[in-house]
Amino acid sequence: MHRRTLLAAALGATCLTAVTAPAFAQDLTVGVSWSNFQEERWKTDEAAMRAALEANGAAYVSTDAQSSSAKQLSDIESLMAQGVDALIVLAQDTQAIIPAVQAAADEGIPVIAYDRLIEDPRAFYLTFDNVEVGRMQARAVLEEAPEGNYVMIKGSPTDPNADFLRGGQQEVLQEAIDAGRINIVGEAYTDQWLPANAQRNMEQILTANDNNVDAVVASNDGTAGGAVAALTAQGMAGIPVSGQDGDHAALNRVAQGTQTVSVWKDARDLGQNAGEIAVALAGGLGMSEVEESEEWTSPTGTTMWAKFLAPVPITQDNLDVVVDAGWIDQETLCQGVVDGPSPCN
Amino acid sequence: MVETAAPTTPNRKNIFASLELDTRLLGMIGAFVVLCLVFNVFTDGRFLTPRNIFNLTIQTVSVAIMATGMVFVIVTRHIDLSVGALLATCSAMMAVTQTVVTPEWLGLGLNHPLTAPIAIIVGLITGVVIGAFHGFLIGYLLIPAFIVTLGGLLVWRNVAWYLTGGQTIGPLDQNFQLFGGINGTLGETWSWVVGVVAVVAAVLMQFNARRNKTAHEFPVKPMWAELLLSGIVAASILGLVAVLNAYEIPEARLERMFEARGEVLPEGLTAGYGLPVSVLVLIIIAIVMTVVAQKTRLGRYIFAAGGNPDAAELSGISTRLLTLKVFMIMGALCALSAVVASARLSFHSNDIGTLDELRVIAAAVIGGTALSGGIGTIYGAILGALIMQSLQSGMAMVGVDAPFQNIVVGGVLVFAVLVDIIYRKRTGART
Repeated sequence: MHRRTLLAAALGATCLTAVTAPAFAQDLTVGVSWSNFQEERWKTDEAAMRAALEANGAAYVSTDAQSSSAKQLSDIESLMAQGVDALIVLAQDTQAIIPAVQAAADEGIPVIAYDRLIEDPRAFYLTFDNVEVGRMQARAVLEEAPEGNYVMIKGSPTDPNADFLRGGQQEVLQEAIDAGRINIVGEAYTDQWLPANAQRNMEQILTANDNNVDAVVASNDGTAGGAVAALTAQGMAGIPVSGQDGDHAALNRVAQGTQTVSVWKDARDLGQNAGEIAVALAGGLGMSEVEESEEWTSPTGTTMWAKFLAPVPITQDNLDVVVDAGWIDQETLCQGVVDGPSPCN
Repeated sequence: MVETAAPTTPNRKNIFASLELDTRLLGMIGAFVVLCLVFNVFTDGRFLTPRNIFNLTIQTVSVAIMATGMVFVIVTRHIDLSVGALLATCSAMMAVTQTVVTPEWLGLGLNHPLTAPIAIIVGLITGVVIGAFHGFLIGYLLIPAFIVTLGGLLVWRNVAWYLTGGQTIGPLDQNFQLFGGINGTLGETWSWVVGVVAVVAAVLMQFNARRNKTAHEFPVKPMWAELLLSGIVAASILGLVAVLNAYEIPEARLERMFEARGEVLPEGLTAGYGLPVSVLVLIIIAIVMTVVAQKTRLGRYIFAAGGNPDAAELSGISTRLLTLKVFMIMGALCALSAVVASARLSFHSNDIGTLDELRVIAAAVIGGTALSGGIGTIYGAILGALIMQSLQSGMAMVGVDAPFQNIVVGGVLVFAVLVDIIYRKRTGART
């Protein structure tokens, strides 16, 4: 019922702005509210988003909240006053942004929560699937070390993503654990995701187990780096270690063979999807009709429509992908690698 | 200008001289109008829509409220760098009060009618006490205001953090949210009522002043000038009300409002937003502060002490107590500003009020408050805040890159002061 009025309102809005048939996205404008554009990473997203919008004939306007949730609210009001047909919001605060979502819903403007959750059922949540990242990490490590003693280096205890990741890892490992093939001998949270803390935890686990460790499932590349440093100190570098983010240092470790996998979230993929979904929603498509969308319940109990993109696990077999994508240049990737996997040979 | 009290009409050079208007104010209004027109052209006419004007007014309120207090602080040759942090502490206190203290400790439950008044009183007490503490350190212990409030900037920002554990707190009380702008407007009828009352009051005051002058045989403006002035005032007040009323509540929101009351939206009904409660609060504060500045002993002492602290001290004004009072007023205004700012977000967020101290000082300075003390007006500071916010919103609408927006705002701040200095030199430094 509510969705139908939203849809009708969105249709109405497009009819008003576009004199031609609403199916053509000719005169659509999509407003993007960034939380803090000073961070380098969003530049990549923006380029992909812009390209996707241009390809669909929609215009791109953006604002930068400069890390202020109050400014973000003003920004979004200003974007709506400019008559945007859809909003993509990288929220500074998952809750303080709700008045903006409310205002957009009143005007029948669809809102996409970009990469960061907005606790409101009227927003469409687009991000990478963190549970899947955990599964990919465990899968890659399990392939290399089908049995033995495992160490779980988890993320920050205050970050909900850390538990999503751990959940995904457990799903994959459960069967092997039940069969007694693998044995988790150590498990530790990493305060603030700091590599130094991961290294210290890893050292203590190694000491406690007399170095009887066969594989490490680390939750990101930073903690993997800490774990690898601890392993190197014991001359154990080379046992399977997982990570994520596609950090340049981590990709280099993958090329060298000291890290097994870095699960990579392609920011361009996220940007492109956001652009396409924004155009589709502005054109009157319902949130439930977005391709591959699913109904999802947040940890605090908000049920909303979401789309989770699949990340790419980068191992020695597909290092070319990150170079071809322009994510890292070959020189950086292959630094100190002799006769390594492609493209480092 | 006035050499004798003779009732003869002085030589009037032009229409502006006849109207006896503050030329500085006229210049600022002129600059503001030009700014709006330029943005309007660059945004294809979207800048001066009822909707954007409505947005601008509610976006300005929080900074403008604090700017009125900053005028007093700067006029007495002090500075307050802690207003943003103080706002955050007041906001945190009020948020905790209405989400934890009243519903749980006092057992009133959520959205009780007493919640909002209790929270606002708690916020005001917090602001006034902290302001008094600052004032005591500055006035009685003679620590420079710059240092006290620089310390305050760090202390109160982090007290706020500590109070909430860095979490976003909310949603805030329903009645409290009425102060936030779009969640609380008077509606069309009441906006007209307020507008008409304001016009009547303004015209009455104007002619009262005229009668006073005539009674004391001071020269007065020609009648046509008085009438023209009343006309302009009436037109601007009613014009603003008309514009704010013209911003229609979107249908989806109306429908929700009716649903909340258990009614069905009648076919074809539309309604305008009207005057936001937060703007009404600002107008009331502006009037009260202007009256304090111009009509009360406290106000005269503030300007006297700012113009020449030694002379003021020697003529028996307790400048220490005055400093205490000025910072207490500043604290209270920070609390009121915190009400508006957090109600607007409908949450208390940890970053609330960040960098507001700079916006507030800039607004006061652009509005003609001299850092050397003794000079400043309340309406100037509010206009300064409005100009700053228009610049920022306008540039965001045009799509100017974020770094350039800040570069322009910084440049405008310095340029405004330069123009002010030149103006004062030319006109012989009168207020």
